Amino acid sequence: MIESRELTKYYGDFPAIEDVTFTAEPGEVIGFLGPNGAGKTTTMRIITGFTPPTSGTAIVAGHDVQEEPLAARASIGYLPETVPLYTDMTVREYLHYMGGLRGMSGARIRSRVDDVFGLCRLEEYTDSLVSKLSKGYRQRVGIAQAILHEPPVLVLDEPTIGIDPRQVVETRQIIRGLGGDHTVILSTHILPEVSMVCDRVLIIHEGRIVVMDSAERLSARLGGVSRVVMDVRGPRAQIEETLAQVDGVVSVEISDAGGRQQFVVECAPGRDLRVDLARRVAEHGWGLVELRAVGLSLEEIFLRLTTEDEVSAA
Amino acid sequence: MSVRTVRTIWLRELRSYANSPNAWVIAAIFLGLSGLSFALSVTGRYPEATIRGFLFGPIGPIGAFFLTILLAPALTMRLLAEEQKLGTIELLLTAPVRDIEIVLGKYLAALSILSSMYALTLYFPLLLFAFGNPDVTPLLTGYLVLFLVGAVAVAVGLLGSALTANQIVAAITSLAILLVLWLFNATAALGSPDDAWTDVVTFLALSEHIRDMAFGVFDTRDIIYFLSLIVFFLFLTVRAVETRRWR
Repeated sequence: MIESRELTKYYGDFPAIEDVTFTAEPGEVIGFLGPNGAGKTTTMRIITGFTPPTSGTAIVAGHDVQEEPLAARASIGYLPETVPLYTDMTVREYLHYMGGLRGMSGARIRSRVDDVFGLCRLEEYTDSLVSKLSKGYRQRVGIAQAILHEPPVLVLDEPTIGIDPRQVVETRQIIRGLGGDHTVILSTHILPEVSMVCDRVLIIHEGRIVVMDSAERLSARLGGVSRVVMDVRGPRAQIEETLAQVDGVVSVEISDAGGRQQFVVECAPGRDLRVDLARRVAEHGWGLVELRAVGLSLEEIFLRLTTEDEVSAA
Repeated sequence: MSVRTVRTIWLRELRSYANSPNAWVIAAIFLGLSGLSFALSVTGRYPEATIRGFLFGPIGPIGAFFLTILLAPALTMRLLAEEQKLGTIELLLTAPVRDIEIVLGKYLAALSILSSMYALTLYFPLLLFAFGNPDVTPLLTGYLVLFLVGAVAVAVGLLGSALTANQIVAAITSLAILLVLWLFNATAALGSPDDAWTDVVTFLALSEHIRDMAFGVFDTRDIIYFLSLIVFFLFLTVRAVETRRWR
């Protein structure tokens, strides 16, 4: 449904993306994960036909974005990162206008507008001016215009950024519900969001695809608990040695933050050692004050994945 | 090209004009000053039953032509600059819409507003008929040339608006282009009368092409001149919108 072949985009001498190649099957929800400036927005802008690539091709629903721009654009619903809306229109007027631009007939616009009001839970705000809406509702209007013409492909750039947590959950439900009928590409820099919403994950870092994998396998690879922080009262050196002997522990570091004796235990990937560690401390009769798992930050994930790939390639 | 898309954009821009004070203020200024210049021209010591006073202004250059050049950039500055400022251009350019349809829709909207302002001055000729015996041809060609100057001014204004996201910069850019176009022929004085330069600037200047028609002489060369300018500036505007994609 979407085919991206060796997309490359230079801004001057700076490569925004290089050799981005991937395909998306019909009904699939693909997540672009990457820090700000990784090239997610650039890739999406090329696919939607807003920006031409320096080289490479993008094919959407069988139409080359450069060769048949109108046909390709007609099959895409797009939510840009900033959710640009005409503030002087009401929600209904705005959707009618967007439907008109997409060449929908008047009757189809009217029935679809009512549908998307329901889907995006906008019923109470149909005749409100866009300028009076909160950020979360503007986001919904943005999604509403993207799905209005029932495009086979949806491109959503950071759909949950800057809205409050309750609305984030609702927005994710809406997107999850769109998969199946639509092929969806969405970008985010929130790791858990990808596993909640997407079938497949593309991790983009510094303009290149670093990892392309299913969401389940990716969580398995990064899996479970990888680092445990323990606050233990007792003989320092002896505790350190004991913890290091637990099967699966890679390293133990001690930090004395805030006058407390904290052990940072690095575990082998994919193993949850919290129970083993707690039992060992209890056996020795030391005082276990706190034990918590610490997830990896996005930067650490990139580091881990990139080095991992280098190792497997070598 | 899809007429329906042009119509969709045209209707949206018309509504946007109706909802913002901008167009109303411009119309008020235009109609006020036009009424004043018409009144002065027909109540002076040597009144004549023409609209020349309204077109050229009885005092200084403040007639309909010059007002059009001053006010058109203010009318058009929002059209594309605001889309770029708000980012709505991204949805417009990713909709299945040709760049020329966007440009034409917006152009026709601004031209419709300007034409409505001109239409509201049609009571001037009605007054002339009521109180005098005006010559019909100069009235017709006068309004035609006013409309053509307006059509050029709006095309230039739209180009200015396509070049920047800042409305003030857009208005100043278009005003500068229009003033150069208007007063170009003044540079003829720099050369001798039989220079090629004199011929060129005299041919290119707007003000050289309005006089005959304003006095009732219809010349297809003038019409072609105006139409070429309109097409030229609309073409540049389409190209400017296109380059927006590369930035």
